Amino acid sequence: VIEEAVAAAFRDEWGQVVATLIRVTGDWDLAEECAQDAFATALERWPRDGIPDRPGAWLTTTARHRAIDRLRREAVGATKLKEVAAMTYEPGPADDSGVPDDDAVPDDRLRLMFTCCHPALAPEARVALTLRTLAGLTTAEIASAFLVSEQTMARRLGRAKQKIRNAAIPYRVPPAHLLPERTPAVLAVLYLLFNEGYSASAGADLVRRNLSAEAIRLARVLATLMPDEPEAFGLLALMLLHEARSDGRLTTSGELVPLEEQDRSRWDRVRIAEAEALLEGALRRREPGPYQIQAAIAACHAVAERAGDTDWAQIAGLYDQLYRIAPTPVVALNRAVAIGMAEGPEAGLLLVEDLAASGALADYHLLAATRADLLRRAGRHSEAVTAYREALGQAGTDGERSFLERRIREISA
Amino acid sequence: VKYLLLICGDESAAVHANDGCEGWSEEMTSRGVLEGGAGLAPPSDATAVRVRDHQVLLTDGPFAETKEQVGGFCMIDCEDLDEAIEIASKHPAARYGTIEIRPLLLGPPPDLS
Repeated sequence: VIEEAVAAAFRDEWGQVVATLIRVTGDWDLAEECAQDAFATALERWPRDGIPDRPGAWLTTTARHRAIDRLRREAVGATKLKEVAAMTYEPGPADDSGVPDDDAVPDDRLRLMFTCCHPALAPEARVALTLRTLAGLTTAEIASAFLVSEQTMARRLGRAKQKIRNAAIPYRVPPAHLLPERTPAVLAVLYLLFNEGYSASAGADLVRRNLSAEAIRLARVLATLMPDEPEAFGLLALMLLHEARSDGRLTTSGELVPLEEQDRSRWDRVRIAEAEALLEGALRRREPGPYQIQAAIAACHAVAERAGDTDWAQIAGLYDQLYRIAPTPVVALNRAVAIGMAEGPEAGLLLVEDLAASGALADYHLLAATRADLLRRAGRHSEAVTAYREALGQAGTDGERSFLERRIREISA
Repeated sequence: VKYLLLICGDESAAVHANDGCEGWSEEMTSRGVLEGGAGLAPPSDATAVRVRDHQVLLTDGPFAETKEQVGGFCMIDCEDLDEAIEIASKHPAARYGTIEIRPLLLGPPPDLS
């Protein structure tokens, strides 16, 4: 039971403890080590003394004492030591635990998120740093999630922390005038994290699957800390909608099941309802952005009771809107699919052929698969088989490959 | 924090050699962040020096033949990387070339206790 309480505290409090310790010590490595020590101490003491009323405050205080000890032993300047010792608490709401209220400094995690996702850091470093400092994954876990050696990941993290220190990347939430350019970088890291986990094959790799849960957890924190940023809620809603459908997405043998064949009774209605409420609240602010629009598209699928009920015309309209904000070839391809479903496969095919001719999607593995699907729907079976074979050569996972092979069998029969 | 701004550009940037800074230097000097800097003669005027086995070896041209070459530099002293980025992005050369921001390697800060 105590182990469970410590594990829960680790999940809920790690980011906050590290974020606060970084603020007061200015030393990322020290902050992580002291946070680690605090959790080890909890495992020792909680069985004896009971679980504190405010585990987060207890852990932060313990970690801060560790930091003071460490700094004293390393004989750092008295100024620094005084700063850490005096680490100020805003007087929090009265509570009888006698422990200073750390929750009163709510934006340390937000500070940490923005610093980890600073655009002056390499994208892969942003993701790794976020997982290490905010989610508390070990270097080994992050390394295995991104299929690199532990040594490589340790170097990547070390370099990023060194740059933050040497180049003086500020530890703060950017001022208002920088938020419009900095917030998307934070959202992008969380979404990338989510997709890394989401696209991992079913039981194959638990560490990777776990990334989706971490991403959702962090997106919840972000939305709470940025209540005026509708895109944060859009992103959270989008993740929840994908996650709600993840159970029906693969067969037990790991084969990809297309949306229209999924068993919709396996979708998580509670999550879908939560996401819809979040999205509605965000859209009411009338500041649409790419995540809100993608969530709205996902919601169109999620609320359709049967595949045939899907409102493809509305989805096509949403893709129009998304394309105006984010005119990427992948968005154009998805728009073509929606138009193909709303107005008939030939209409979609015309758009896909244009896209293919432009060469913009030459490296995108879903181009051939999309063309194949529209050709199949249009009844042009021999052309479809050729396109499916092409797609087969580019498929990234076994699940995709077995799905494409099934399609070839079906239309060749 | 002190940074060196390396102003880089390819051959086409040469036409801007005598543009001046369109008021950038004046603005940054009055803000108190600009500590100095200069434009450089083209890389074809460069001489690379190496000493190997006590021998001074000279080569004509820059130390590395790359598409982009350093055409000027500025020393700035400002709050943090965000301010350095803001300063660099206002430099007219950022619109046709590239500005590399390099923090200076300084010893540990003096202990004032």
